[in-house]
Amino acid sequence: MRCLWMCVFVALLTLVAAPARSVEIQLTAQCPASFENRAGHCKLVSNYSNYASLENGGVGGLKTGLPEIRDGFTPKEIDLGRYLFFDPILSGNNKQSCASCHNPDKGFADGRQFSAGANGALTARNAPSLWNVGFLKRYFWDGRANSLEEQMQGPLYSKIEMASSPEKILASLNGNASYRRLFASAYATSFADPKATIRIDQVYRSIAAFESTFISLNSRYDLYAHGFPDALNKKEVEGLNVFRSFVARCAECHTPPLFSNQQIVVIGSPEPDGRAFDPGAGSYSPEPRLRGGFKVPSLRNVELTAPYMHSGRFGTLRETVAFYNGGRGHAVPKDEKLFLHWHIHEPKLTDAELDRLVDFLKTLTDESFKPQRPAVVPSGLAVSK
Amino acid sequence: MNKKGLVVGIIAMLVAAGAGYLTAKKQMAGSSSAEIASAQSLLTASRTGSSGKGDAATLTTAMTGKLITVKAGETIQNAVNSAQPGDTVQVMPGTYNETVYIDKDNIALIGVVQDGKWPVLDGMSKLNDAVLYSGNGIRVENLKIVKFKGNGIMGQSGNNFVLRHNWIENTGVYGIFPQFGQNGLIQYNVLSGIEDAAIYVGMSDNIQVDHNEVHGNVAGIEIENSRHAVVENNMVYDNAGGILTFVTPWLPIKTTFDVIIRNNFIVGNNHVNFGAPGSLVSGIPSGTGVIVMAAKDVIIENNVIRDNKNSGIIVADHKSFANITIDPDSDPFPDRVSVLTNLFANNGFDPVGDIKTLMTATLTTVGPDIVAVGGGHGNCMVDRAGHSTLGISSWATTCPKNSSADIVTLLLDKPAAPRSTETATKGQVLYNGICAGCHTYSARMIGPPTQIIQALYAGNAQGIADYIANPVKKREDFPAMPSQGHLSPEMRKAVAEYMLTVKK
Repeated sequence: MRCLWMCVFVALLTLVAAPARSVEIQLTAQCPASFENRAGHCKLVSNYSNYASLENGGVGGLKTGLPEIRDGFTPKEIDLGRYLFFDPILSGNNKQSCASCHNPDKGFADGRQFSAGANGALTARNAPSLWNVGFLKRYFWDGRANSLEEQMQGPLYSKIEMASSPEKILASLNGNASYRRLFASAYATSFADPKATIRIDQVYRSIAAFESTFISLNSRYDLYAHGFPDALNKKEVEGLNVFRSFVARCAECHTPPLFSNQQIVVIGSPEPDGRAFDPGAGSYSPEPRLRGGFKVPSLRNVELTAPYMHSGRFGTLRETVAFYNGGRGHAVPKDEKLFLHWHIHEPKLTDAELDRLVDFLKTLTDESFKPQRPAVVPSGLAVSK
Repeated sequence: MNKKGLVVGIIAMLVAAGAGYLTAKKQMAGSSSAEIASAQSLLTASRTGSSGKGDAATLTTAMTGKLITVKAGETIQNAVNSAQPGDTVQVMPGTYNETVYIDKDNIALIGVVQDGKWPVLDGMSKLNDAVLYSGNGIRVENLKIVKFKGNGIMGQSGNNFVLRHNWIENTGVYGIFPQFGQNGLIQYNVLSGIEDAAIYVGMSDNIQVDHNEVHGNVAGIEIENSRHAVVENNMVYDNAGGILTFVTPWLPIKTTFDVIIRNNFIVGNNHVNFGAPGSLVSGIPSGTGVIVMAAKDVIIENNVIRDNKNSGIIVADHKSFANITIDPDSDPFPDRVSVLTNLFANNGFDPVGDIKTLMTATLTTVGPDIVAVGGGHGNCMVDRAGHSTLGISSWATTCPKNSSADIVTLLLDKPAAPRSTETATKGQVLYNGICAGCHTYSARMIGPPTQIIQALYAGNAQGIADYIANPVKKREDFPAMPSQGHLSPEMRKAVAEYMLTVKK
C-alpha cells in the first residue's frame, strides 16, 4: 500500500520535474491582436486603413494613413518567431535572446543606456524600441539595414551582442526535436522533402514575422485623431499643438501617424562626456554631410523607452525636448563640423511649452496588443524575463 | 514696365480688389439668409479668369451649413469648435490674438472687411502659427494675419483647400504653407516680410497659385517636392529669390514634376537674403528671378523677368547647390525644363562670384538671363539668341510644346476624395480600432468571440461598458484583458452598444 503511494508520488514528481522538452509546444492557428486572417495570412486591421495619405507617403496630419506595413505572414510563422524571439538558444552562449535587449515589458527596449552583450561588453548605441517596427524602411540607428532579416543578423552575429553564428543556430535548432517539428509545421512545403532541414532564411523570416506584429496604434492620441476630442485633456492638446506648430517643428520629422518621417537627419545630439563622436550614417554613406546623421525614430510609446537618443544620453523626456531648445548646434563637439538639418533652429520654447510637449508625448503610449511571453521555449532554456 | 508703371499697376489691382471687397462687405454685413446666400455665391464664383476647371466651387463641398459670427472680443477658436462640417465661421473686424486649429472637414473661415477695417489675427510675435488645419475642404479668406513666429496659414494633410484674399505680413518662416494636401487653390493673397517662402507648397499635388502679390520676402513662391502645380499671374518683386521649384532631399516625398510657371511679373528680386542660418533658402543668391533645382517637366512661359541682379533664371542640380545633403533616393537632376518665350530685361547686372567666373570664362559681358549648372537632360530654351545665357549649350533650341495654354489648371476636375472614407459611427470606430484587435465575431482570437459576449451581455450594454473599465480575469484559457478605463463612460457605452449589434 505504502509502496503504491510512494510510486504514485514519485511518478507525480517525475511528471512535475520533467524537462520542458517533453512539453508539446504547438503553434497557434490564430493571428495576433490587430491582425485578421485572410486566406491563411495575417493582415493588419486598423482604423488608419480608412485614411489615405498623399502619394501613399504615410505622413501627414491627424487623419492620415500609415506607411505600408510588412504583413501577410501566416499565424504559424508568427508564433514560431515568437518562440525564437524569446529563446536564448539563438545566442552563442545560450544566455541571451532577442528579448534580452528588446523586452516587451520595457517598451521592447531594455531601459539601459547601452545594452550588455554576451561577454559583458556594452553595445555602442541605445537599444531601439521595436514597437511598430513592421512599418519601418530603415533599421539600426544609422539606417544601414533595409529589412528586418538584414537587421537581425547584426545583433545575432556581433561579438559584443549575441555572439552567435549561422552554423551555431542551425546546429542548435536542427538538433532539437521540438524545433524540427515546429519548423516543419510552419514551413510545410519545404519540409515535404523528408531530408529537409531547418534553413537560416526560415529562422530570419519567422523572427521578422513576429516582429512585424508589434502594433501600437490605439493610444489616447489616436482616439483624439480619430475624432474623440475628449480623449486628451487640455494640457495634452496644448502639447499636441506645440508639437505640430511650425516653431517647435517636432512634426516636421516626427510626422504623424507613425511619428517618424523615416529620414536620416543630422541634429547634433551629444554623446555622453568623454565618449568618441558617433558618426551615424556617416560611417557608411559617401555623402560627407550625413556625418552625425541618424534615423528619425518613431515616438510611439516613447514614455516607456528611456533613456533617449542614439547614445541614451537623456534620461527623461523633459531633458530630451529641452535639447531642441538649446540652440542650433549647441551640443556639437568643438572639433566637429556638422551639417545640421534646417529644422534644427532656435525655437525659444518656454518652460511651460516644454512641459506640455512631455504631457503630449505620454499620450502616445499604448501597449494593449503587447504579445505574450511564452512560459517555456522549445530549447528548454529559461525564458529571459 | 518702369517703376511708375509698376505703381500704377499695383493701384489698379488694389482698386479692382477693393471693388470686390466692397461688394462682399455689403453683402455680408447683414445677417439675412438672402444676403448670406449671395455672399456665399460670391465666394464660390470662379476667380481664375478662365472657365471650367478653375472654379473654386468644385474644390470644396458647398458651404451649405450655418453661419457662425465672431465679433471682436470673442475667439475664433470657440466658433470653430462649435462648427459642424459645412458651416461658415464669419469673422468681423477686430484683433484676435490666437491660433486657430481646424481639425474637422468643410469649414470656411471668412473675414469681413468693413469701412476699411479688417479682422486681424495678431500673434504679437509670441504665438506660433495663425491657422493650422488638418481637415479637408478648408477655406480661409479675407483675413489679415500679422506677427506670428512660425507661419501664417499651415495645412497638415488637408485636401481641397482654398486660401485667398488674405493679407499676410511678418508671419515668421512661411506665410501660406500647405503640406501633404491635394487639390488646393491659393490666390489673391498679399504677403510680405517672411523669412523663407511667402507661399510655400510642400509635398502636395494639384495646386493652383495665381494672382498673389509677394514682396519683401526671402523667397516669393516655392513649389517643393510637389506635383502638378500652376503658378501664374503673380506679382513677385523685391524678394531675394522670386519663384522657386525644388526637389529637396531627405523629405519623405521625393519628387517635383509637372510645374507651369507663366504670366508672372518677376521683377527686381534683389532683397537681402535674411533667411535663417542653416535654412536651405539662406543659400539662394539674392537677385534671382526663378530657380529650378532638380525639378522635372517645368514650363517657364510668358513671364516678365527683369532687374534681377544675379540672374533671371537659374537651373541647377543638387550638387551645384549650397546647403544640400545628397539623398540616394532623391533624383538630383533638373530634366525636361522648357524655357519658352519670356520677356527678359536687365538681369544679372551684379551676379555672385561663381557666375562672374562663368561669364569671364565664356567672355560674356552681359549679365545672364539664364544660368544652368550641373547635370540635367531634355532641357530646352527657345529664342536664346535674343538673350544672355550661360551653361545651356547642351540644351535643345526647340521645345516639345511651344505653349502651355492648353492647360487651364492642374487642379482636379472634382474634389479629391476625402482622405477619410469612414462613414462609421463612433462606436464602430472604437470597435474596429480596439476591440476587433482581439475579438472576432465567431472565432476565438486573443479574446473570446464577440458572439459569446453578446450572449453573456444580451441587452446589457452598460454591463460591458463597466466591465471593460476594470476587466478581471474570468477564464484561465484566455489572457488578461487590458483595461479600457482611459475611455470615457460615453465612449465605453457607445462601443458596448455597437458590440451588441455586430453581425459578423
